[in-house]
Formats: sequence, structure tokens, C-alpha cells
Amino acid sequence: MNKQDLLLEIGLEEMPARFVTGSIEQLTSKIENWLNEKKIAFDSISHFSTPRRLAVIAYGVSSSQEDVEEEAKGPAKKIAVDHEGNWSKAAIGFTRGQGMSVDDIYFKEINDVEYAHVRKFTKGQPTKEILPELEHIITGLTFPKNMRWANETLKYIRPIKWLLAIYGTEVIPFAITNVSTSNRTNGHRFLGKEVEIGSPEEYVTKLLGEFVIANAKERKEAILSQISKLEEEEGWTIPVDEDLLEEVTNLVEYPTALFGKFEEEFLELPEEVLITSMKEHQRYFPVKKKDGTLLPFFVTVRNGDHNHLETVAKGNEKVLRARLSDAAFFYREDQKTSISDSLAKLGSIVYHEEIGTLSEKVDRVRSLTNQVAELLAFNEEDQKTADRAAEISKFDLVTHMVYEFPELQGFMGEKYARQKGESESVAVAINEHYMPRNADDSTPKSNSGAVLALAEKLDTIVSFFAIGNIPSGSQDPYALRRQASGIVQILINKEWNVSLTDLLRLSIGAIKEKGIGERGEEELQLELVSFFKLRLKHYLQEQNIRYDIIDAVLEKDITALPTLVKKAVVLQTKKDANGFKETVEALSRVLTISNKAVENVKINESLFENEYETALYKQYLDVKLSLETNGASEEEFFDKLASLQGAINDFFDHTMVMAEDLALKNNRLALMSQLAELIMSFANVKEIVTK
Amino acid sequence: MNIQNMILTLQKHWSDQGCILMQAYDVEKGAGTMSPYTFLRAIGPEPWSVAYVEPSRRPADGRYGENPNRLYQHHQFQAIMKPSPDNIQEIYLDSLKALGIDPLQHDIRFVEDNWENPSLGCAGLGWEVWLDGMEITQFTYFQQVGGLECKPVSVEITYGIERLASYIQEKENVFDLEWTNGFTVRDIFLQPEYEHSKYTFETSDPEMLFNLFNIYEKEAHRQMNEGLVHPAYDYVLKCSHVFNLLDARGAISVTERTGFIGRCRNLARKVAKTFYEEREKLGFPILQQMGENTHE
Repeated sequence: MNKQDLLLEIGLEEMPARFVTGSIEQLTSKIENWLNEKKIAFDSISHFSTPRRLAVIAYGVSSSQEDVEEEAKGPAKKIAVDHEGNWSKAAIGFTRGQGMSVDDIYFKEINDVEYAHVRKFTKGQPTKEILPELEHIITGLTFPKNMRWANETLKYIRPIKWLLAIYGTEVIPFAITNVSTSNRTNGHRFLGKEVEIGSPEEYVTKLLGEFVIANAKERKEAILSQISKLEEEEGWTIPVDEDLLEEVTNLVEYPTALFGKFEEEFLELPEEVLITSMKEHQRYFPVKKKDGTLLPFFVTVRNGDHNHLETVAKGNEKVLRARLSDAAFFYREDQKTSISDSLAKLGSIVYHEEIGTLSEKVDRVRSLTNQVAELLAFNEEDQKTADRAAEISKFDLVTHMVYEFPELQGFMGEKYARQKGESESVAVAINEHYMPRNADDSTPKSNSGAVLALAEKLDTIVSFFAIGNIPSGSQDPYALRRQASGIVQILINKEWNVSLTDLLRLSIGAIKEKGIGERGEEELQLELVSFFKLRLKHYLQEQNIRYDIIDAVLEKDITALPTLVKKAVVLQTKKDANGFKETVEALSRVLTISNKAVENVKINESLFENEYETALYKQYLDVKLSLETNGASEEEFFDKLASLQGAINDFFDHTMVMAEDLALKNNRLALMSQLAELIMSFANVKEIVTK
Repeated sequence: MNIQNMILTLQKHWSDQGCILMQAYDVEKGAGTMSPYTFLRAIGPEPWSVAYVEPSRRPADGRYGENPNRLYQHHQFQAIMKPSPDNIQEIYLDSLKALGIDPLQHDIRFVEDNWENPSLGCAGLGWEVWLDGMEITQFTYFQQVGGLECKPVSVEITYGIERLASYIQEKENVFDLEWTNGFTVRDIFLQPEYEHSKYTFETSDPEMLFNLFNIYEKEAHRQMNEGLVHPAYDYVLKCSHVFNLLDARGAISVTERTGFIGRCRNLARKVAKTFYEEREKLGFPILQQMGENTHE
């Protein structure tokens, strides 16, 4: 069968860099699915993308659809054929529906009944005739943000400028808006020109000749190698932020890395300020010495060739100089304001219309911080640090620097607090209270920072829940899920076994006391506990804990997270060990039967009838005593429970728990119930799936 | 190239594209977009192409003439084309060439920037254009104006004159820019910059400004109810400027701010709607005129 390559390129005005990768992945998979659905065979598929184009090449695309032979089942024979042996209306209708005639009918037995069948053969159409349907794939792409232009009704990522669509050497004819397909594409906006693409195999090389590296991966690698060449030549270290690299790759068609410098005096600015100015605002890569200290240089990637690089560098230097001068001005201005002046301003800043001002929030957070610190039995120094850090935690929000660079909240707080004479630990805690800032960030190290981070996040989550602003689906504008995960991580990393349920109760109390939100305390408490449970589940899943083990360790309330995680890890590690299944089965049996126990029956040893009852009770008491007196790791706890397995099985083998004698029965159930309580204090092992 | 020649060059360029050359609109405003030649004319089906220089007042950016990059009042060169031409990016790049900026010697990029002005019920998609890392132009396809969907879509191109000039003239300080032979920005604008800053931050009378806001707002509504869009719109612009003055003076708390922005938005939406209705009553005359021209 004949095969040819297929090339489709959508030429666009510059797409937003952040949407390029997702868009090309979508186009590729839609074309792949479409070819499969149309039963058009192909060997492989490649994709290409730049800010101005999305392109896909399918190699070895068959020149026609596959022929299809299908068997269709019709009515049973007794319905298909009448008494006189003629075809019934049902049979005629069936064949007509299949586009066949009664002559095509044959019978086939299914479960002892004969049914009419036809074999349907559909001849594959020539691929060429079907390809114009690609139009609908192009118009069917979805983008996070769409626009209209001119008089068009189509909503698209950016205006479509050209469409290159060829199968082999032939143009696939269709048009979208006022653009018709052709075998022509455009090179680099300034360095290239329009070119004809004779066949798909010419695409990459011809575009390269027009200063376009069409393959995004190659473009990324080119940038990386240019950067490492600069590192080598200049003796620098240039840390490459993956997100920035991805963005830059999608901002250029023909990358050339170059460097510029800035005045050394700007190095007096905090490193975060310099890096933010370069990265976020200008998409520059900061340059460091081998020892990690920042140097007064930057690397930028130009969309063009090596000519006139000095002009480009000079222009970029001018822009950065203006930005850094601004930053330096703000930095100096901020030195003039005292912390107490800044705090005074927080009273006039509304945090959220229904929640109140920032200073009201700070008051609540401070009081919660102190309550939690007390629960955790902080020493006096940590307690004092946490209190002061909480009091001034938000002062930097009204500085010029944070106004200009909101992402520097906390970082500036730490810098300025130190400069304004606060203790080192208070300064650090201010920065730490925003941690973890994202999924990859670490949690606060200091006790004071961690407790403040807990209180701040709790207050945020609880107050938004109180006013009914609850995350749902993809809607989580205040990133409450991330903050809840942050709380879970902090408690676990700090090994703080304080009850999260209690913390929520404290925070809810403080919020409701201020009359925030319409919703009742109990309703909130229930919602928040289940919200946090989901976060906790998510955390455990990320630790590769199996779902049934997660269910086993989760309790009704969230009491002690670090212990809970350790239990889960113990179960996860032991789940494949010899004897695990038998242990879980024995313990589960106890849990199941204990449900029948009557409350408040004390165990009466004189009612034990056989040695197995006595033995199990004695072993239970030994285990309990040793757990209570010696304390035990979660692993030892489980091992001790496991050690009861033999006694439990012997007990069940020789004892009829549900005895007819009521006293005997209740006594045995009481034993089961006490044992169950001990097991449940480890985990609800009944949830564990054993095969 | 001095600023005067830059403006002449841009005027010539956009005039050649068929834009009506207009003068700045004579009511204070924060951006060229707020001129009725943009805000109102982007509404409805009538074609419209126009270019003008707009002095734009940003009271909060006043720095007493001491900051090399910030001004109480700067200049925007604004071009609007409705419907947006297919080759608008090329037309724009040609304007840079006319200003002596050879794309082969520089790094010119279109970086995503979506424009939204909730207080005017406006939204658009487009880019900021970077020249060697410096943002020199806002390039926007209007999607919504005054809460109304734009059909057809206008494209708005806004050059920051002083910023572009500081690049072309290689000056670090905006006051050193040459306006025309023998005159710098300093000669013309330093004193007003100082005085307006002092007025904005120190001597303005918030009580009077609050009163003015209320008076202007009331008058805007009253004129709209008469179907008199343009007088009404002048008062909307006045409200907006007075609000900016109050905001810069620190006289509006954050809570009140939301309320004031809401009031401006209501005005803008009502004006947009009234303008559409009034043009509709007239039978969208420019549309008809264009139709007649094509018949001839």
C-alpha cells in the first residue's frame, strides 16, 4: 500500500509562551486519535512548535483507509423467515438498515438459536479525500484563553496567519477564517522569508534555513548549550530554572544567548530582589560565582542571530538599570519607616471584605499562635519569639518593595526585621511563616516559624470556609488546598502530635467570635475535618501508601499526624512480609466479633472455661502493660499485636464466643472488646485488603 | 530623533494607513484608551481608524520631577483600527522602522499581556512589545468595552512616547529628552511636574474633590438619561480623574476604593450602552456611508 507523509502547520500571531506546550500536545494527540478513528494507518508522528506555529508530521500515512469487514447480527431465524419460507419484513428491514439485501443473509447459531447475519464490507476511502476534515481538528482545539479578531467569529488562541497542509507533495484543500491552506510557510519574522515546502521531509531543514528551529526540544537544548558555553568561557555558574527555560524556549524561534552587566553597587540590594527583577520581569538568567554568590551580570536569550549583539545587550542593560534603580529607591525609602509605622497602616488594609482588615487577621493569628505554642509546651524563648513574630508578621506588606514585588513578601520581612533590630529568630520566623510556598518548598525549620505558619494558614482556611469560599473542582482561588497540605506537612515534619481537630476548633472559635461568616461552628468543624482528611490522604498517596492502608490508619478525627504516618509506613513495609495476611485476618476477626459486645461488662477471669481464654487474656495484659510502661515505636506496637496471633487463633479454635450461657457469652465478648480497643488504637486493620 | 519628529513620523505612518489624525481630547484622562475616540468608537459595528497623541495623567506616579523614569503626565501615541487589519503586526513593525529601529539590529518580541480594566468594563488580549527587553508598546485586540462585546474587534496600539524616546535618544533621564531643537522635556514639563505633584500629594482639598466626584457623577447620569452621550462621557472622565487624585492623596480607604471603582464602572457601562443605542437610532451612519462607497 502506498504511504506518504502528512504535514500540518498552523501559523499564528505570537502565542502566549505558557500555552504553547499544552497546545501542541493537544494538536498531536487529536491528529493521532483522528487517524486511528478513521482507520488510516501511519508509522509515527512528530510535533513542532514555536511562538508562531504549531505543526505535526505524521510519517508513512497510508493512502487509503483500511477496508472494514464487520458481521452484523439480525433477527432470529423464526422471525426472519415466515411459514412459507419467505423473508419477513423484519429480515428485509434488517438488511436494508445495513445497506445490503436479503441475498446476503446467512444463519449462525448463538446459544442454540439461529440468527440471521450479514457480512458487511466497507471499502476504505482514499486518504486524500478525507484529509480536508483536518479543518475541524484545527478549529476544535481548545485553549485556556481565546480571542476574536477583525470580523471573525472564531475564538482562537491568537489570529491565524497561514495554514500549511500537505500530504506528500499535494496541498490538502480547506480554509479557516479567510486563510486557505497552501504549501508555504513563513520563516523567522525578521531573518527569514516565506518558503515553499515541497514535501513534509523538507519542513525542518527549510525552516532552519529561514532561521527557525521548529523542534522545541532542540531549541531548548540549543539554549542550554549556549548557556554552558558562556559558563565555561567566563568561569560562571548559571543556575537554570526549568520553568524559565521552558518559557524562554517558547518566546523565541531562533535563540541566541548573550550576557549583559549591571553596576556593582546594585549588589547591595537583597539577592531575592535582584533575582526577581531579572527573572520575573525580564526573563533573564542570573549569573553566579562558583561559590554561589551573585555576580553583576545576566544572561538573556534573543530571538535572532549573532549580529549586533552589543546593541541588544546595551538595550537590556538600560532596562535592568532602570528597574534596579527603582528597586534601590524603594529599598532606601523602606529603611526610613519603622515597623510600628508599618503596622499602623495594616488597620486600613482590607484583607477580604467579609473577613476584615489585615490587622484584625494579625490579631487572630497572634492569639492562635500563642495557644498552639502552649499546647506544644514551647519553652519561654520560643514562645516569646513566636509571639513577636506573629505580631509583626505582616509589616512588610506595606513596604514599597513588597508593593512592587509582591512575590517577595516574607523575604523582605526577614531582611527588614533584622535591619530594624529584631532578633535573628524573629526575622527568620517571619519569612518561614509563608512556607511551604509551593509543592516543592520545604517547611519551616524553627519552632516559632512553624507554629506561626500553622496559625496563619489555619486562620486563612477557616475564615474562607466561614464565608462559604470553599474550594471545589478546579476552583481554589486562594490556594486553600495548598495551604492545608502545608499544615499537614509542617505537623508531620515537626513531629508535632497535637490534634488537628483541636486546632481547627480553636481557630473556628476565634473566627466566629468576630462574627465572620454565616455558617455555624459545628458545620464548619465537620467540613474542615473532611477537607483536611482529603489533604492527608493525598499526602499519604504521595508517600506511596496503598489506599486500603490509608483507610485503615485514618480515624474519625485527625489527632496525631506524625504517629498516623508512621503506622501507615509500618503497614506499607510489612504488607508483603510472611505472616502479614494471617496476622491481619486474626486481628480483623477480633474486630468483627467485638461489635456484638455489650457495653460495660467487666472481664471475670473465673468465668474462663478453657486454657485458651486464660492464655489470650494473659498475653493481652502483658502486651498492654509493656506498651504502657515502656512506650513503643509504631513498629514494635504492630509486632506486639502480631505476637497475639497464635493465641487469638487458638482461642477461636477452641472457644464458642456466642455461647448460650449469657454470662459466658458476655464475658468472652468483653475480652474481645478490650482486645479490639487495643487493635483499633493502632489501626482499623479490617480495611486492609489481603489476598 | 527628537520627540517632535517621532510624533510627526508616527502621524505620517498611521495617516498613510488611512487613520484619521486627531488631536488629544481636552478632558483629563489616565490613558489614551479613555479618549472617546477610542472608548466610545470601539463600540458597535461602525468601522473606525484613528491616531492621536494623548497626554495621560497618572497622579500617583508624580515624583516632583525628581525621578528619572516616573511622571505625573506622560504622552501616549495611540492608533486604533476597527476592524483589525490582517497585517497589523507588519504595519506596526513598519512604524518602528520609520522611527529608525531596524529589527535586524535589535531583539523585538511580542510577549503575552492581557489588558483588563474592570472599572471601565474593558478586556482585551494581546502583547507588550519588547525592544531589547524594554516594553515600548501595548498591542491589544479589544474583546469587550464598557461591558459590550466588540464586533468587529478593534486593535489598539499604544506607544509610550517618553520611554521609546529614551531608547532612541539613549538618555537615562526622561527630563534630558529632546523635544525639539533647543527644548528638552525639562524645559517644558519640569515645573508642571513639580507643581502637580505638590498639588496631588500635599495641597489638594479632599473634601472638595469628594464633592466634585458626586456632582460629576450626578451630572453624568442626568445627561445620559437625556441621551446626550458625549457631555455625559466628559463627566465620567472627570469622575475618573478626581478619583485618581483622591486615591493618590491617600484619601480613599481600601474598602471605599471598591465602592468608587464600582461607581465608575456603572457609569462606563451606562455610557457604552447609551452610545450604542444612540448610534443605532442614527442607523450606524459610518457603516452606511462605507456601504455606499463600495457601491459606487
